[in-house]
Amino acid sequence: MEKRVIFKGWMLPALLLLPQIVITAIFFFYPAGQAIWQSMFVPDPFGLKTQFVGLGNFEYLLGDPYYRASFVTTAIFSSLVTVVSMGVALYLAILADRLIKGSGTYRTLLIWPYAVAPAVAGVLWMFMFNTRVGVVAWYLGVLGYDWNHVLNEAEAMGLVVVASSWGRISYNFLFFLAGLQAIPRSVIEAAAIDGAKFWTRFRTIVWPLLSPTTFFLLVVNVVYAFFETFGVIHTITAGGPQQATTILVYKVYSDGFVSQDLGSSAAQSVILLVLVGLLTVIQFKFIERRVHY
Amino acid sequence: MSDHRGMVEKRGIGHWLTHFGLIIGVVFIFFPIWLAFVASTVTQPEIVRPPMPLLPGDQFFENYSKALLSGVNAPVATMMLNSLVMALGITIGKIVISLTSAFAIVYFRFPGRTIFFWLIFLTLMLPVEVRIVPTYEVIANFGMLNSYSGLIFPLIASATATFLFRQFFLTVPDELTEAARVDGASPMQFFWHILLPMSRTNIAALFVILFIYGWNQYLWPLLITTDPSMNTIVMGIRQMFPSGDDLADWPVIMATSILAMVPPVIVVISMQKLFIRGLVDSEK
Repeated sequence: MEKRVIFKGWMLPALLLLPQIVITAIFFFYPAGQAIWQSMFVPDPFGLKTQFVGLGNFEYLLGDPYYRASFVTTAIFSSLVTVVSMGVALYLAILADRLIKGSGTYRTLLIWPYAVAPAVAGVLWMFMFNTRVGVVAWYLGVLGYDWNHVLNEAEAMGLVVVASSWGRISYNFLFFLAGLQAIPRSVIEAAAIDGAKFWTRFRTIVWPLLSPTTFFLLVVNVVYAFFETFGVIHTITAGGPQQATTILVYKVYSDGFVSQDLGSSAAQSVILLVLVGLLTVIQFKFIERRVHY
Repeated sequence: MSDHRGMVEKRGIGHWLTHFGLIIGVVFIFFPIWLAFVASTVTQPEIVRPPMPLLPGDQFFENYSKALLSGVNAPVATMMLNSLVMALGITIGKIVISLTSAFAIVYFRFPGRTIFFWLIFLTLMLPVEVRIVPTYEVIANFGMLNSYSGLIFPLIASATATFLFRQFFLTVPDELTEAARVDGASPMQFFWHILLPMSRTNIAALFVILFIYGWNQYLWPLLITTDPSMNTIVMGIRQMFPSGDDLADWPVIMATSILAMVPPVIVVISMQKLFIRGLVDSEK
């Protein structure tokens, strides 16, 4: 798409673009280039100079059992977060869509946790399940279940998944409800007149018509689980126990800033960059299709 | 929305089951926040001897004033001010540079225009989390650690908003530009008097989304603010925990958690329509 009517000159547009170009060059392109450059070096043990190793950092990473484990952890974590937050949101959206009145009220009640930062959500859930003072952990103890996410890897993973999904339900609910309300009533009522029960209607009409929304949310939620959940993991488990909740972004941080292994951290950044790139391409391909039909 | 949806909505028991299901959802969403609120109104001994009470106590003013005025490492009021400056800086900065560059890209033809557009477009792909180490070094070399500009600039360097305004400007009718030119308006007069007023709703919707985005930043402030008086509230909460968690000052920490969510929640609820619009716009 292009404008037919435009203004003349190049000084003014250059000036108008300048702030964004300068900021993007200094704080985006230069660091991104640095990440790629650093990923090909290793520092000597004293940190005085660095040695070129080409793709050595990547080779090392791909052979490193901890890095591979982090890949698996990320896959499990992001699948669980996506399924839980989308599942609960879809369930609530279907219920709200069935109401003749009041779906707006429930929407107001359900969307605002979107505003709660992942790191704050982490603190809230860590407080409930804290092994010493946590109310939920205490009642679980009364029921005979000894909760301890500080030692138990599965419980740690479960807790970060629930805390990450919790605030995300709002976002998914909003999009699912909008998607459901866009489905023409007449189609559903016609099916109902033909005697189709709720589940049949859902399977054959609602679900297929909702699939663009579902696919969009799938991509967006995976991106969320990859990057924005850092706050949840840092506040609740700090990647533990035994790295059971160390997702890829957390490892970039802990290797780069805690262990100061810059080469490896940069190489991990580059791998993540490729992953985000792939996700973005998938998302844009999909959006193009949606625009065309 | 039509009011004659009668066929497929449940009545009687089914109707109440629907409400019941939704209320369970609402309770699940509210429960963690309720507990945090209760914890922020009771005394430390009430929390450390579980189970803690499930109804608010009478220590509201004590805990909140202690948090705001002294906090643990720094007064929470200071941290909130830092968060506000950072959130507004990111929001306003990003909106301003995106408006002008989208105007340049859409309304002018100049050499390299397409390249600039794609360079800016590339930044859509790479969140700050991925380039933390080299960006940190840039900030350190500029001496911008523990400063507002260090908090703000790296988070402005992304093109989401530019892309959004470009899409919007393309829908503005050419007749308006034509008329402005006939009347002898300069490009900047057109920008100020026609384009900006027309973009008001888009700007407001983006403002809501960016404010929440800026306020809720965690990893970046964690890296570059080592001085407690420069901490933002969202990252400052974690810093309030001592190494051994039995000594954590729970009432003050939970009061801080509540304070950290109040401003963005107010923004979402009071500007719900703009918020929803902003979400939908920025994901398109």
